[in-house]
Amino acid sequence: MSEQHTADLTGPPPGGSKGRVHLVHLYPREMSIYGDLGNTRCLAARLRWHGYEPVVHDHHPGAPWPERADLLVGGGGQDSGQIRVQDDLAAHADRLRQLVADGVPMLMICGMYQLFGQAFTTVEGTRLPGLGILDVTARGNAKRMIGPVVLETELGDVVGYENHSGSTELGPGQQPFGRVRHGSGNNGNDGTEGARTGNVIGSYLHGPLLPANPALADFLVGAAARRATGDFVPGDVDDTLAQEAHRRQVRRLLATG
Amino acid sequence: MAATGVRGRAAAVRTSVALLAGKAARGATRLRGGGSALPGLVAERVDPGLLRHTLGDLPGGVVVVSGTNGKTTTTRMLVALLRRHGLRVFTNPTGSNFTRGVLSALLPEVGLRGRLQADCAVLELDEAHALHFAAQVAPTHALVLNVARDQLDRFAEIDHTADLLTRLARQATQAVVLNADDAFVSRIQHEVGPGVRVHWFGVDPSVADLLPELQEADVRAADPEHGVRQMDLQGADALLLPADDGSCTIRFPGGTDVGPVRLRQRGLAAQINATAATAAARAVLGSGFDPARALAALREVTPPFGRGETIDVDGAPLELVLVKNPAGFTVALGTYGAEPAATMIAINDNYADGRDVSWLYDVSFTSLADHGVAVTSGVRAWDMALRLHYDGVAVGRVETDLDTALDDFLREHAGQPMRVFCTYTAMMALRRRLAARYGLARFGEEAS
Ligand SMILES: [Zn+2]
Repeated sequence: MSEQHTADLTGPPPGGSKGRVHLVHLYPREMSIYGDLGNTRCLAARLRWHGYEPVVHDHHPGAPWPERADLLVGGGGQDSGQIRVQDDLAAHADRLRQLVADGVPMLMICGMYQLFGQAFTTVEGTRLPGLGILDVTARGNAKRMIGPVVLETELGDVVGYENHSGSTELGPGQQPFGRVRHGSGNNGNDGTEGARTGNVIGSYLHGPLLPANPALADFLVGAAARRATGDFVPGDVDDTLAQEAHRRQVRRLLATG
Repeated sequence: MAATGVRGRAAAVRTSVALLAGKAARGATRLRGGGSALPGLVAERVDPGLLRHTLGDLPGGVVVVSGTNGKTTTTRMLVALLRRHGLRVFTNPTGSNFTRGVLSALLPEVGLRGRLQADCAVLELDEAHALHFAAQVAPTHALVLNVARDQLDRFAEIDHTADLLTRLARQATQAVVLNADDAFVSRIQHEVGPGVRVHWFGVDPSVADLLPELQEADVRAADPEHGVRQMDLQGADALLLPADDGSCTIRFPGGTDVGPVRLRQRGLAAQINATAATAAARAVLGSGFDPARALAALREVTPPFGRGETIDVDGAPLELVLVKNPAGFTVALGTYGAEPAATMIAINDNYADGRDVSWLYDVSFTSLADHGVAVTSGVRAWDMALRLHYDGVAVGRVETDLDTALDDFLREHAGQPMRVFCTYTAMMALRRRLAARYGLARFGEEAS
C-alpha cells in the first residue's frame, strides 16, 4: 500500500526542480497506524508545491539503508509491529544518532516517539530500551488517553488526535514539543505533549499530524530542503483548506474547554 | 438455557418485572422520539438474566454474526434465507449491534412470561458486545466475517479485535462459520470447542487477487503467518464464483449450487456477505437446506439502509453509502466508483462516527479524481476537502451544515445519478431529511 500511495508523489515538480530531497519513512507497514502515512504524503506533496523533487524511501526491517536521508518520519503501530521493527532499529541506532547530530529533521509519532526515547516499561514491568535520542521514558498504563488535542508550540497552535496508553515523562532539561491547551498530552498531568530536540520532534498526535498543521509541515520541509540543497526558497502554496480545517478545530475544542 | 420449571417462580417474576419496566421505557422513548437502546438498558438493569431466559432455549438456536465489516448486510441476508425456509427468526434489525440493542428489539416481541415467538435468533453484534452477549447466552453458531481496523474501536489494535472474535468462537456450542480468506479469522479453526463443527466460506481462487483491496494488506503482508489460504473448501463449505455480468454463484463443492444470482446490492463485498450468510444458513438448517429457496431469498433481499440503499429523488437515483473504516470506504469506492455519479462526502466526528478522522488518510481517493467531488459536508467537511486535495481530487464546495449541503447538492444535480458517502451520524441526519422529503421508511422500521 505504501509504495502505491507515495510513488505518484515522487518526481520533479512541474516548472523545474530546486533540488532533490530524500524522505525516509521508517517502517510504513509496521508503524503507520491511524493514517500516519498521511504525514509522508503531506511532506512529499509540500516539497513538490515548494518546487523541490521529493524522493520517498520506504524503509522496511532488514532492508539496506537508503542512499541518502534528508528527512525522516515514523508513525504509530501495534505492540506486534513495535516488536517487528526493534532489531532493525537497533542495527541502525548509531547511524540515526549521527543523522540527529547532523541536524536532519525527524518527525516520530506515537510508537516511534516511544522507541526514540530512553526506554519503555510495559504494564508487566519489563523495561525495553529505546534509542535515547529524546530524553523521555514511557510507561505502559491501564488508562488510555484518547481524544482530540490542541497544543501551543513554538511553531504556533497544533491540532491532532491522541490515542495512547503509554504515559510519558520528560527527563530533566528535555524540552516538550508543546503545551496542552486541550487533551491529555504526555501523561495527563504536567501539561506537556511530545518532545523536541533541535529538528527532532516526537509526539503522540495522529490526525495525521501534518496536513492540518501546514506551519509544522513547512518547518520540516524547510529544514530538509536546506540540508539537501543549502537553502530553502518557499513556493507559493495555497493553504486555504488546511488553515480552515485547523482554525475550526482550534476554535471548537477550545470552546468546549 | 434453564427451562421455566427449573428456573423457579422468583426468577420468572423477576423476568416479568424486567419486561414490564422495559416495555414502559419503550413507550416513553417512543413518545419522546428517543434512542433505541434505552428500553433495553432499563430491562437489563432489572433482570440481568433476561437474555438467557428469552433466547436460551430457542429450538433452532442462536446465531451470532460478528466481524468488522458487513455485519448488517450479512445478518439481513441470513435472516432472509432462514425465513424463506419457514423459520420464525428473531433479529436485531436496527443495526444497533450492542447487547442492549438486542434487548430493546426483544421487548416488543415477547409476552410478559418471557416467551419469544421464534424458532431461532440471528444477532448482529460488534466484537466486544458479542463476547458480552455470549457470556449470557452461549450461541449455538458463530459466523465470523473479517477483521479490519475500525476507528470505532477505540482500543484499535487489530490483534485485540482478532482475539475478541476468537474468544467468541470458543463459546459456540454447535458450529462456527469462518472466512477462509481472512488469516485473522481462519486461524480460529484451531480454537473451537470439542465436537463443534467448522464450516468455511471463501472466494474462488480466480478472484482471490481482488481480496487484498478488502483487507488490511499492509498489516498482513509483514507476517508470514498471514499468507495465502491453506485449506481446501469442500463438502458443506461455500465457495463464491463471481461472473463478469455482476451475478454470482455460491457453490457447495459437495454438489449443490445456489445461483447464478444477481444481488440487489452491488459489489464483491456484498457477494462475499451472501456467501457467508448462505454457509451459515446451511450450517443451521442441515439437510433442510434447499438451494432453490436460498436462491429466491438472495434474489429478493434488499440492502439495509445506508449500505447501498438507493433513494428515488424525483426520478433520479441517490445512493446513500455508509463509510466507517478504511477497508469499508475502499470497498465502497471500488464498488461505486466504477459508475460515476455526482458525489457528496459527509464526515462527522461524533462518538458514534469515531472521533478520530485519521483513517481517511488510509483510503485512496484517486478514483474520484476524474469527476471530482461536488461537496464535502459535516463537522469535518474542511478536513475531508483537505484530504481530497492531497489526492488531487477537486472539490466544488465545502459546506459544514448537512441540510444546506444536501439541499444544494440535490438542486444542482437534479435528474442525475447521485451518491453520498457518509459517516453514521451524518447518514442519520441526511436520511431524516430525505425521509421527510421523499417518504422513506422510518429509522429501524425498514420497508419490507
Ligand atoms: Zn497512537
